[in-house]
Amino acid sequence: MSVSVRRQVAGRGIPIPGNDIDTDRIIPARFLKTVTNEGLGLHAFEDARKHDAEHPFNQKVYEGASVLVAGMNFGCGSSREHAPESLKQWGIKAIVGGSFAEIFFGNCTMLGIPCLSISQDDVLWLQRAVGRDPKQPVNVDVERREVRFGDRVIPARIPDGARNQLVSGAWNATGVLLDAGDAIEATAGRLPYVKGF
Amino acid sequence: MASTLLDRVWDAHTVRTLPSGQTQLLIGLHLIHEVTSPQAFQALHELKLPVRMPARTFATLDHIIPTAAQQRPFADEVAEEMAVHLARNSQQSGVSFFGLDSGRQGIVHVIGPELGLTQPGMTIACGDSHTATHGAVGAIAFGIGTSQVRDVLATQCLAMAKPKLRQVRVDGALSKGVYAKDVILAIIRNLGVNGGVGYAYEYAGAVVDRMTMEERLTLCNMSIEGGARSGYVNPDQTTFDYLRGRQYAPQGEAFDRAVTWWKSMASDANASYDDVKRLDGAAIPPMVTWGINPGQSVGVGERIPAPESAPEPERATYREALAHMGFEAGQPIAGAKVDVVFIGSCTNSRVSDLRVAAAVAKGNRVAKGVRAMVVPGSQQVAKAAEAEGLHEVFREAGFEWRNAGCSMCLGMNDDKLRGREMSASTSNRNFIGRQGSPTGRTLLMSPAMAAAAALHGEVTDVREMMR
Repeated sequence: MSVSVRRQVAGRGIPIPGNDIDTDRIIPARFLKTVTNEGLGLHAFEDARKHDAEHPFNQKVYEGASVLVAGMNFGCGSSREHAPESLKQWGIKAIVGGSFAEIFFGNCTMLGIPCLSISQDDVLWLQRAVGRDPKQPVNVDVERREVRFGDRVIPARIPDGARNQLVSGAWNATGVLLDAGDAIEATAGRLPYVKGF
Repeated sequence: MASTLLDRVWDAHTVRTLPSGQTQLLIGLHLIHEVTSPQAFQALHELKLPVRMPARTFATLDHIIPTAAQQRPFADEVAEEMAVHLARNSQQSGVSFFGLDSGRQGIVHVIGPELGLTQPGMTIACGDSHTATHGAVGAIAFGIGTSQVRDVLATQCLAMAKPKLRQVRVDGALSKGVYAKDVILAIIRNLGVNGGVGYAYEYAGAVVDRMTMEERLTLCNMSIEGGARSGYVNPDQTTFDYLRGRQYAPQGEAFDRAVTWWKSMASDANASYDDVKRLDGAAIPPMVTWGINPGQSVGVGERIPAPESAPEPERATYREALAHMGFEAGQPIAGAKVDVVFIGSCTNSRVSDLRVAAAVAKGNRVAKGVRAMVVPGSQQVAKAAEAEGLHEVFREAGFEWRNAGCSMCLGMNDDKLRGREMSASTSNRNFIGRQGSPTGRTLLMSPAMAAAAALHGEVTDVREMMR
C-alpha cells in the first residue's frame, strides 16, 4: 500500500468514552496561540489528562495506539484544525466513532485521517473489546467501509466524497482544485456581486 | 421547479464536479483572522502559490487581542507575534486588513455584516466555526479548518458536498424578555447538539420574519452548536434596509439592481425541504444552560433535569455535566450563584445587545463580589454605543467597559475565568475549559439575562425586573 492513499489503516486501538467530546477538550484554546503546528501533539487532551489520571491518553497500555474509538458527535465545537493535528502528532491515524461533527470530520479528511461511523452498540462493544485486548489491532478498512477486530467485522459508514478522496490519495485538495484552471475565474465572473451590479 | 436559496447559491457558485463526487465551490467572500490563518499562509508559501483573489479576502484581529490595554507591542509576546504575522501576510498578499488602528477592527462575524461585506446570495468561508452568522443576510456561510483556509487562499474554492436542507420554523410571537438567543438555545435543546449534522438550517416563520438583522445574526451564529455547519434566513426588506449605505454594499442605482438579484436568490414559497421542524415562539422562555454543551439548557423557571430523565446514551454526559457544574438534579436554575458576567462575543456583542443589557443595568449596581464586563463586538459598535452613552450606564452600574475582541468567549487572551468561577455569559459555548480555566463553569444566556445575573449575583428571571 502506498503511503499516499488510505485504503486501510490498521493499528492498536484507544477508546475515548463519552459523547459530545468537543475540540476545546481535545486541545484547549491556549495552545492555539502559535503560528506553527509544532508541538501540538504534546497537548492532546491536556486538561482532561491533568484532571483524570486514568484518562486513556495517560495509560501506558495505550502507548503506540493509532486508532481512536470515540462516541457520538466527536469533535463538536470549534473549527480548529489544531485538534485533529494534535491527535495526528500524538499518533492517531484513523478514528472510529458513533458520529462526527462536520467540520472536525472535514479537517481530519484534509489531514488524511479517515473517520468511520459505526452504530452506538458497536462503539460500546469495540471500546470494551479494545480495553480488554489493547494489543489486538483495529483494522479500519476505508475502501470496504468496515472495521475489523479479531473475528468481528463491523459495518461502517463514510460519505462517498471523503472515502473517494482517501482511497485515491486526493485528500489534499489544493492540487485538484487548481486543476480547474480558468473555470474558477469564469465562475466568479458570472456572479453579479463580483463583476459589479 | 421550485428552488431554495441553498440550491440557487450552490448552483451559481459551482465550478465543476470533482472526481470524488464533491462540488468545487467558488467562495465569494473569504474572511481570515490571526488564529487559523498563519499555518495556511505558510503552506501557500511552501507551495509557491499566491493568494488567488486577494480582493475577495479580508482580515481582522479578534481572538488573541487584549481588550483592556491595547498598546503595541502587546504584553503577551505570542499574541504580538500572531498579530504581526497577520498584518504581514495580509500586506504581502494584497489582502485588506482591519487592524487596531483602522477604526473597523472587531470580531470577524461582527464586522463582516457591519461593513456590508456580507451580502445575500454569496458563499462565505472563514476559519472559524461561527461563520454561519453571516447566513443571517441570506448567504451560505460556513466554518472551515486551516487546510481549507489554504485551499481558499490558493484557489478561491473548496471541495464540498452539498448539505441537506432543514427548514426550522418558529411561528407565533415571542413574549417580553425573550430574545433571539433564547430562540436558538431552545432550537438546540429541541433538535440536539448533533441534530443538524449533514444539514444546513433555513430559519423561517413569523418570529424570524419579525426579527431585526442583529437578532438574525444571533440566531444564525449558533447553528453550529446545533450541529449545522451553516444556517440562513432568506433576504427580505429587513435585509435590504440593513445593508443600504454600508461601506462595502453596492451604492446608488447599483444597490437597486443588487436588490433585484438578492430577491431572486430567496427560496420559493412552495420549495420543498429534506426536513421541516416547527417551534412555537410563544412557548419559549428565557433560556439558561446548566451543563457542558449548549443543548443542556432549561427555561429560567425550570429545574435542572435528572440524568434518568435523559435517553440512555446521554445519561453519562448529564452526570459528567452535573459533577463539573456542581449542580444537583432537581435544583432550580434560578438562584445559581455567579462570580463573573461576560456580555460580548460574536453571538451577542452588537449595539442592540448592549442596549438591552444597558436598559436592565441602568440605575442599578452589579452585586458585590461579581466581576462584570461588557465587550463590544467591534470598534464601530463601541463607537455607536458610546455615542448613546451606554458605556456610562454600564460603568455607573459597576461593569467594566472594554475594547472590541473575542475576549472571554474562549480563553485565548487575558480575559479568562479563574479556578472554578461560575460565569453568566452571552457567548456560545459552555464546554469544559472553554472560558480559559479548566475547572471554570459557564451558564449561557441572553444579554438581558446576563445583566440581571450581574445585578443579583445569581441567575434571575429578567422578566421579573421588567414588570
